[in-house]
Amino acid sequence: MLQENIHFHKKTFTEQKDMLPIREGYGRGLLEAAEKDIRVVALCADLTDSTKTNYFKEKFPGRFVEMGIGEQSMASVASGMAAMGKVPFFTSYAMFSPGRNWEQIRTTICYNNVNAKVVGSHAGVSVGPDGGTHQALEDIAITRVIPRMTVLVPCDSEEARKATLAAAEHEGPVYIRLQREATPVITTDASPFEIGKAQCFYRAKKPQVTVFACGALLYTALEMAREMEEEVGMLVVNVPTVKPLDSAICAFARESGRVLTMEEHQRIGGLGSAIAERLVEECPMPVHRIGVDDMFGQSGEPDELLVHYGLTKEHGISVIRAMISE
Amino acid sequence: MEHLQDREVAVIEKKANQIRVSIIESLIEAGSGHTAGPLGMADVFATLFFSVMNYDPKNPYTDHRDRLILSNGHICPVLYATMAHAGYFPVKELQTLRKFGSRLQGHPHREFLPGIETSSGPLGSGLSQALGMTLADRIDRPQSSTYFYCMMGDGELNCGQVWEAVMMAGKEQPHNLIAVIDRNGIQIDGFTRDVMPLEPLREKFESFNWHVIDADGHSIQELYGAFGEAQSVSQPAVIIAHTIPGRGVPQFERDYRWHGTPPGKGPEDILTKDKQGECALKQLRSLKGTIVSECE
Repeated sequence: MLQENIHFHKKTFTEQKDMLPIREGYGRGLLEAAEKDIRVVALCADLTDSTKTNYFKEKFPGRFVEMGIGEQSMASVASGMAAMGKVPFFTSYAMFSPGRNWEQIRTTICYNNVNAKVVGSHAGVSVGPDGGTHQALEDIAITRVIPRMTVLVPCDSEEARKATLAAAEHEGPVYIRLQREATPVITTDASPFEIGKAQCFYRAKKPQVTVFACGALLYTALEMAREMEEEVGMLVVNVPTVKPLDSAICAFARESGRVLTMEEHQRIGGLGSAIAERLVEECPMPVHRIGVDDMFGQSGEPDELLVHYGLTKEHGISVIRAMISE
Repeated sequence: MEHLQDREVAVIEKKANQIRVSIIESLIEAGSGHTAGPLGMADVFATLFFSVMNYDPKNPYTDHRDRLILSNGHICPVLYATMAHAGYFPVKELQTLRKFGSRLQGHPHREFLPGIETSSGPLGSGLSQALGMTLADRIDRPQSSTYFYCMMGDGELNCGQVWEAVMMAGKEQPHNLIAVIDRNGIQIDGFTRDVMPLEPLREKFESFNWHVIDADGHSIQELYGAFGEAQSVSQPAVIIAHTIPGRGVPQFERDYRWHGTPPGKGPEDILTKDKQGECALKQLRSLKGTIVSECE
């Protein structure tokens, strides 16, 4: 059942559930962080409104830097600002930052060890009609491999707000992954969030499968658990910090002895890989990974694309049935 | 700050020569690294550290220090040698260049050596970092008298990111951003005019709304004047320092094959490998034979 300590949004599993883009939470969180901490500055590469950096820009124009379409320079300008004691958040679409400017992030931020935050919006195939060029499916892989980088993938708008506030307080490089589309609001102000912590959101009496999910697919995982309540006992764990991965991952996995991961990212290199790496070293067991299977995205409505790439409740349920019958 | 006395120039020239000797000594010991660029920039670094920049080698992180951002990290032997001669660390430590456990990494690392402002090596990022520093500084101190010196290679101007930063500095107009381009005309694959022509370089920067100063990169007096002019304008300024790669060792000068090789591993048509290090040191210690030289 749904875990009480999570303090779910009351309407989450109703027809009237609130729908908000995860990026919206970033915009709100950045504004709050800036109000709390005068060191917080923001940079954006000609996508200020769609990354929701506009809230910050309107309130703090003197602390906002418009980069134009220059993501490589943006990462390094942010590095320079951090070197002078600022806490820069720099934002674009994930495809361009950390996509286009990976080396600048590696060298001038992580190797250089400065306190700058990379914020990549519009990750995943659910970007929709813009097509494969704009659907970042590799960003978790390329950020989590860099030493010193913390990687956050919030599950909803509210968690994105908290992740942004936490990133501002965290000393060191952070990548925050955001999504474009409005997705169900699951958590509330009272829900727990801490960098490095995974949280159990749903626990059956006798768990047979542990599902680890991040981003908007957490909601899909919860729907699966509720729908299969009578059929298969599930443990659904929200993993908003892909790196550093919570040391409790193995304990959650052991509760059922079978693991499924879900993410809107390549199966190679993302959350599923991170979980598998941990399990194979500490408590080997079967792992199934739902994600995009070594393919690029394409144009279409978000829902169509989620179906096409197997990122739905229905596909998840079929995978779980197969796992149980193995 | 307009003019140096002759004796001040002489002191800086002597420092530059000591820096060159240290560069060669450290490269011979390291057995790898770049020779031409560091030798060519010794006069610029000596001028900056011994007449222009505000810093305290004993307290390398004072708030109001001027910042030197080395964008072309591969010429770090000249930065290390200059810092050692300026009192940041013992000159003897230069012999650890590129060795395991050394603070003098093959390309500079901020966390390894106090006084290094940014870790660098991959080309093209330094100007953006220096620009970011001026933007942050401006938020806190609009009339700041701190200067941000970004040292760049001319080959580095091939990088697209440089022009993102040049364009943005043209827009933001930080008064305290001073870029210095080592216009030595060489890069690893050959002469810059063959690999990727840069001219007209002055006009490029002018068209991006920069203040441009051409200077003889081996005239201390001219460099000093160029820095003074760069500080006085309310625009971002670039000093195009016309230098001779390998300056100080005639056998190395203007030869792009010395870009990425140390003495002892360079081309052999002029000097055999076993004579390269010894000859370079003799040339420098004798000021190209004007004192005494046994070097052929």
